[in-house]
Amino acid sequence: MSAKGRIPDWADVTLVPLVSVALAFMISAILIWAIGESPWEAVKLMVEGAFGSSYGWGYTLYYATNFMFTGLAVSVAFQARLFNIGGEGQALVGGLGVALVCLYIPWPHWTLALVGAMLGGAVFGALWALIPGWLQAKRGSHIVITTIMFNFIAASLLGYMLVNVLRPQGTQDPSSPRFPPETALPSLHEILALVGIPFSRVPPVNISLLIAVAMCFVVWYLLWRTRLGYQIRAFGESEPAAEYAGISPARITIYAMLISGALAGLMAVNSVLGEQQRLVLNAVEGAGFIGIAVALMGRNHPFGVFLAAILFGFLYQGGAELALWTGIPRELIVVIQALVILFTGALDNMVRIPIARLFAQARARGR
Amino acid sequence: MTATDISPRAQTTDYAIELRGISKAFGPVQANKDISIQVRRGTIHGIVGENGAGKSTLMSILYGFYRADAGEILINGQATEIPDSQSAIRAGIGMVFQHFKLVENFSVLENVILGAEAGGMLRPSLSRARGLLKDLAREFELNVDPDAKVEDLSVGHQQRVEILKALYREADILILDEPTGVLTPSEADHLFRILRGLKDQGKTIILITHKLREIMDVTDDVSVMRRGEMVATRPTAQTSPTELAELMVGRKVLLRVEKPPARPGKIVLQVDNLRVVDSQGVERLRGISLNVRAGEILGIAGVAGNGQSELLEVLAGLRDAEGQAQLRGEDLPLAGPGAGAISRRRQGVAHVPEDRHRRGLVLRFMAWENMALGYHHDAAYNAGPLRMNNAAIMRDTEAKMQHFDVRPPDPLLQAEGFSGGNQQKLVLAREMERNPEILLVGQPTRGVDIGAIEFIHQQLIRLRDQGSAILLVSVELDEILALSDRIAVMFDGRIMGERQSDQTNAQELGLLMAGMT
Repeated sequence: MSAKGRIPDWADVTLVPLVSVALAFMISAILIWAIGESPWEAVKLMVEGAFGSSYGWGYTLYYATNFMFTGLAVSVAFQARLFNIGGEGQALVGGLGVALVCLYIPWPHWTLALVGAMLGGAVFGALWALIPGWLQAKRGSHIVITTIMFNFIAASLLGYMLVNVLRPQGTQDPSSPRFPPETALPSLHEILALVGIPFSRVPPVNISLLIAVAMCFVVWYLLWRTRLGYQIRAFGESEPAAEYAGISPARITIYAMLISGALAGLMAVNSVLGEQQRLVLNAVEGAGFIGIAVALMGRNHPFGVFLAAILFGFLYQGGAELALWTGIPRELIVVIQALVILFTGALDNMVRIPIARLFAQARARGR
Repeated sequence: MTATDISPRAQTTDYAIELRGISKAFGPVQANKDISIQVRRGTIHGIVGENGAGKSTLMSILYGFYRADAGEILINGQATEIPDSQSAIRAGIGMVFQHFKLVENFSVLENVILGAEAGGMLRPSLSRARGLLKDLAREFELNVDPDAKVEDLSVGHQQRVEILKALYREADILILDEPTGVLTPSEADHLFRILRGLKDQGKTIILITHKLREIMDVTDDVSVMRRGEMVATRPTAQTSPTELAELMVGRKVLLRVEKPPARPGKIVLQVDNLRVVDSQGVERLRGISLNVRAGEILGIAGVAGNGQSELLEVLAGLRDAEGQAQLRGEDLPLAGPGAGAISRRRQGVAHVPEDRHRRGLVLRFMAWENMALGYHHDAAYNAGPLRMNNAAIMRDTEAKMQHFDVRPPDPLLQAEGFSGGNQQKLVLAREMERNPEILLVGQPTRGVDIGAIEFIHQQLIRLRDQGSAILLVSVELDEILALSDRIAVMFDGRIMGERQSDQTNAQELGLLMAGMT
């Protein structure tokens, strides 16, 4: 008997985010117009810059790959009602794992290096998430607080490792040496060339994209087909009911955080091994936080995360083009991204409730 | 607000309240449909109806929580707008909610004046309230220690504070929503004495309840609601519980449970000296010993909060305890490994929890997902070491929903989409269809409509006759009396006494429930 009726799942996953994004773009357009630029030109430039060439697509998909990993990480934790803000730190530490694996193990071929790097990134990311998870499960320390703190600790740890351990002697740059060439991952250019599709060789998009897409499927399978996924979702929806069913809250908290951290750590395969080929100080570049927005917008569903990651990839790449070719300042692009996050995440109900009402009215008429 | 704010009320009609054509819809749901009712001044008027019949909505409109889509409210013959609860109070309406709205760590006096303080200083209001409370205590047996903290009071006394709050605000019309749900029989009797006293003083009282016995005991008139409509109003003296039940449900119902005599077998569950201390260090169970035999129902009577919930949780493996327990002669661990809910289910202990919304169901899970809750390790529900066999669960759900007449029989519907009765049938189907050694069942019919109650009671008897042991916890004494073969009464973490159900009555049990032996 609540005024907030139910809306069909398809509308929940597509209609609500689309309307939210449209609203965010409308306000962005007004802002662009207010500073004396043409919103229409800006949109054209963004779309062309992100989707108009294989160069643009390459960058869009590269960013989207990062966001898929971090978005999935946030989603899995959130299915267990754990708000993992620590994707940034887990991805950083995952990067450390990837770097150690690539630098200290002599890989004969990139395929093996890829498997090794995935393991290194996932294990390091998972362990970094394990500590807050364990503290929450056993000591009741709030996961939001601890994961935020662990982002800072991760940044410090990385700084220490780069400056004192990994930095080659005689350089001033706090970064690791380049990884051996055998570890270099095939780019999308090389993969598509195999089937005769021409693709720009410039953008850093690489085979990790396929891994990210596969992970979307794996996470879906995990959550909706396995017993562990069932327990994670039951715990997330109702802790008392999960207890009643004999599901241990502590165990599920820890498992969910391990999986979440592993997914965040996997992001480093794309950025550290795929793009930079070495570990640098700011390897994650905020993708851990964007993952929160991606998960919110994707309604914590892997398919939604996939779509939302591409949208945010578009915003990143299109925004960069905008900053390059127009007088629109870089800051405004951040504002546009923030508006999208605001509307899809924080103001979700503003759109959802009217849509729910429309559906309720339609149902009432249908009767 | 003071007395001077209230204009002298016109006494032009015999009706304190008259509602004309009240309608209210929430989205597609028509909660109240063209409701008209007249409440005579100086009477107790009962309103009965099943859950979801629209009683609470109607009272919320009267108290200014909702605005009606259509219709008129007349207070003492005058059309009155009630846009918010302040206006309701000004119109002389007081409300005693089912869930009390008291500040727990305030004193009784502070709670009484809260929101009705006369001016910025507290002292004058407090002393005025103290004087008033003294008068009311004398007049109506409404005695409460004005300086006691509300959290230290018994539930019955807390309810008196709610009534005092309304009277302090000079209410002429009192609405009580399910007031006896949390009271012992003797507390309920006391409440009714208070209500009669108030009536004699000319107050008008509206009593919302689903207990027909109370309607017959205390009201002058009774109105019946069904599915948002007012189906009948009768002088109480000219109706009967059977007629009221039929009006509520819209068809004939069995108020009594048809129950062949029990044929108790071997002891299934034996519990000795069970003790539980909660996280605050309070002893919740103080040495409980009992046994349940195959083919019998042991009812645990008691006012809510006297340890019944803890007892169920311990037996279901949700809470650690000290003491001994045996299931079919084998030791049942009460703490540590092997004491969890999963092991209990493996040993044949099924559990219908008291709170199906919080524990018994994941409301946003579909029916078939809920069917696996607690049995998600079951071999038949799994297709591999990791993968669940969703198709098998779905088939099983369809069969069980059919068997328990769950409506609609749609395994893809989320649990929150079912009515209370059908939600409970889902839980019962899950727990009973496995023919457990023992079924622990708490409040099986709370929030369940009469039609479903009948069905649920029949199913419990059927399970008993198939040879399962049943431990039944309910705060509805009528339910305990109707279903149980033996009855144990709990008070303050102890068992006050045990009776054969055919050799006792509500009065005797009521005394035990109040801790008197």
